[in-house]
Amino acid sequence: MAEIIHWKKALAVNPLKVSQTLGASLVFLGIRHSLPLMHGSQGCTAFGKVFFVRHFREPVPLQTTAMDQVSTIMGADENIIEALRTLCDKSSPEVIGLVTTGLSETQGTDIRRVLRDFRSAHPTFDHVTVVPVNTPDTIGCLESGYALAVESLIETLVPESRCVGKRPRQVNVLASAMLTPGDIEAVKEWIEAFGLRPVFVPDIGDSLDGHLDEGEFSPLTIGGTPRSEIARMGESIATLVLGASLNTAADLLKAATGVPDHRFVGLMGLDACDEFTQVLTMISGQPVPPGIERQRAQLQDAMVDSHFMLGFARFALAADPDLLRMLVRFLTGMGAEIVAAVSPAKAEGLGHLPIAKVIVGDLEDLETQARAAGAQVLIANSHALESARRLGLPLLRAGFPQYDLVGAYARTWVGYRGTRQTLFDLANLILGQHHELEPYRSIYRTAARNDERSSQADLLASPATGLVPQG
Amino acid sequence: MKSSDIRALLDEPACSHNHKEKSGCARPKPGATAGGCSFDGAQITLLPIADVAHIVHGPIGCAGSSWDNRGTRSSGVRLFRIGMTTDLSETDVVMGRGEKRLFHAIKQAIDSYSPAAVFVYNTCVPALIGDDVEAVCKATSERWGTPVVPVDAAGFYGTKNLGNRLAGEAMLKHVIGTREPEAAAPRADGLPTYDVNLIGEYNIAGEFWHVAPLFDELGLRILSTLSGDARFREVQTMHRARVNMVVCAKALLNVARKLRDNYGQPFFEGSFYGVADMSSALRDFARLLADADLVRRTEAVIAREEARSTAALEPWRRRLEGKRVLLYTGGVKSWSIVSALQDLGMTVVATGTRKSTEEDKARIRELMGDDARMIDEGSASTLLSIYKEYRADILIAGGRNLYTALKARIPFLDINQEREFGYAGYDGMVELARQLALSIESPVWDAVRRPAPWATQRGQAGAPAAAVGEGARKNG
Repeated sequence: MAEIIHWKKALAVNPLKVSQTLGASLVFLGIRHSLPLMHGSQGCTAFGKVFFVRHFREPVPLQTTAMDQVSTIMGADENIIEALRTLCDKSSPEVIGLVTTGLSETQGTDIRRVLRDFRSAHPTFDHVTVVPVNTPDTIGCLESGYALAVESLIETLVPESRCVGKRPRQVNVLASAMLTPGDIEAVKEWIEAFGLRPVFVPDIGDSLDGHLDEGEFSPLTIGGTPRSEIARMGESIATLVLGASLNTAADLLKAATGVPDHRFVGLMGLDACDEFTQVLTMISGQPVPPGIERQRAQLQDAMVDSHFMLGFARFALAADPDLLRMLVRFLTGMGAEIVAAVSPAKAEGLGHLPIAKVIVGDLEDLETQARAAGAQVLIANSHALESARRLGLPLLRAGFPQYDLVGAYARTWVGYRGTRQTLFDLANLILGQHHELEPYRSIYRTAARNDERSSQADLLASPATGLVPQG
Repeated sequence: MKSSDIRALLDEPACSHNHKEKSGCARPKPGATAGGCSFDGAQITLLPIADVAHIVHGPIGCAGSSWDNRGTRSSGVRLFRIGMTTDLSETDVVMGRGEKRLFHAIKQAIDSYSPAAVFVYNTCVPALIGDDVEAVCKATSERWGTPVVPVDAAGFYGTKNLGNRLAGEAMLKHVIGTREPEAAAPRADGLPTYDVNLIGEYNIAGEFWHVAPLFDELGLRILSTLSGDARFREVQTMHRARVNMVVCAKALLNVARKLRDNYGQPFFEGSFYGVADMSSALRDFARLLADADLVRRTEAVIAREEARSTAALEPWRRRLEGKRVLLYTGGVKSWSIVSALQDLGMTVVATGTRKSTEEDKARIRELMGDDARMIDEGSASTLLSIYKEYRADILIAGGRNLYTALKARIPFLDINQEREFGYAGYDGMVELARQLALSIESPVWDAVRRPAPWATQRGQAGAPAAAVGEGARKNG
């Protein structure tokens, strides 16, 4: 059981938290022919755009209701209506995600009522789905905003029904914000290996995986789950829920459709992967394919190979709750120690983690804890790079945002293979820090070895360089 | 902030935008707006002051997605890279605890980081609920003896450009003129030292370090920049410069004009991009300082540097000669980069003029001829179709268009704030040429435009290579 520590610091230093507004927007980037519309000042959108563009290295469709001084004071309902009309007219999206910001929430907007006004004023745009999401940035974090958007998406698009299994090979997958496009691809293949057909909500693996499309430019998402597929989630035989942040969304889906669900904290580590594979074989009625058996055996091999490096290794982690939970369970399962675990916001279940404490805080807290506890490796987003530099520790980048290296979006963490690669990467970071014992020079041997230093210099300049221990 | 104050700021008499109706204060259009807010602009302008604790007062939305994302560099202290925000919670907002929280946040920043000063950026939510940021700054400043400067630039006040000005105003009101500079130590070579300021120079990717040695050589001491690699104590002394240069920034003309009106400092607008502009910037300093010997020495330095630069650029010029460029960038850069590219023997087929003044446009015509294509509205699809129409070889634009270009399989050079390379000065030109050649000559373009071998039976129609020649797809 972990103690949850929430220091009352007045100032957040090196924030770990990202707003709920951005989290909700991300969901709509994983829906086909869609775009998020932020109800706030134009800066909210401009910052969000730069944030996602730098992380995914993709063009990112994102629009704003552009609240200015007058509409902030006098009411901005008309901004919403005008923005919706403009977007429907210019870009013909299938789905628009209408998400609020701190500004519009503080102003006291009622987006659902404005949406009804829009519907009655503009019936010509009835074919465009608008999904309203209230995401004040005074609470929660990216992950909780993302979960709110998935909830509203289900409420808006999934009709009440009782036709479970009408599509007998179809399974729903509710995918949390902790999953990268690379993760989603891996889970997709995993499910398909059992002859099942997954419907991901959302599917950033299809839209933000970084692929050169045949078309050149689109004001909307160029991939993701089609709206029509979401509407037929009630016909699936099962729902797989990846990430505890989506529990409420899962409850909503189950209540609306009666489709039974299976919930997973994360898909890293042998036990978690086995649990998932077991469910897939049960749902599909098919045996585990040999390819997956092989991947499992490879992971087992990597576990025994790397336990020398990861056992007792001291990790300091900072991430949104789902990712934090998954990493903690995976690392403690390898015999590693978690000397610092920082989450940007409170979340259910953090208290059940098998570590001493979880801090609700920022990257300054991570740095302080890591230093005090002598951490060996940091796992956090790219913002932690300066902390890592000050601590002299390696950083494995995880979560949002990652902007300083390429390919963050493509990295696969989950599944047997993703876990194996992460084991290798972490073990290598530890090996890179291995310190040789300081040689002991006996007082009796100094005279005889006086000329050793110069002969070593000769070796360094020779082709044998690299074979000589440096420093 | 009162709306009358905002209007006064938008009416900048020194700005040539003002002589034409284009005043930059049109209301942003919901659903069709790009670009940052005033807070964004204020933060860009002041964040490079490296020894200041920059506190963003508001909920996480403002700082959470924007801290530590600038390409600006410091030669020493890096306090500006520490992200700080009051991260207002729901209870702070509902119970009206924002001011109290800010008060303690300022104390915490001073206690933990001993900054030269604290800047507090007001944002939308506290501006809306009416936090008196100025009063908190005054109280904390008096109590702990560290200057605490309010920067009232909430996002909904307006555009990024307005934010630049608001930041400049905050410096004029609270910082500039609050300290006298130390006398410059006498030079070993006996030459005189002249104090100057650079306004609107942000040291992106450290590019000003290409130029700085020439200032030292000529005896131009940079009292302060606003604000690349600046320190708080330097900004305090800006009122003592003999000449100000406004670098590529209409947005900060208010600072230059007020320094002129209040302290009699002449200013000029210029740029460090391209050999011609670099040289003319140095000439303008010498001219305004009115020292015949400095003029002579400046000409000698220019002759030497231009010769060196010509030699260094020669191999690149041969590779880039005749290549066609589509340039899409704002304001002064719309012509200053044109001349830089022409120095390299390249042809600029069209240039963006969204933020340009009539004077800027006149300069463009002078440089590119009367039939120069000027692009007022540069949506991604417009840029792509102009690119094809004019058979350009590379698109030069801001980072916002980077992935638009790459998705369309066309070479690209990033010219704006987030870029990783410095292009200023004589040496920066070589880097610019290198980056242009790197993208234009890259073998990847042929490779990614070629259809897969098995796609040929289906004909070229559906293949990516053919798509390059067609109009931009509209709706995916």
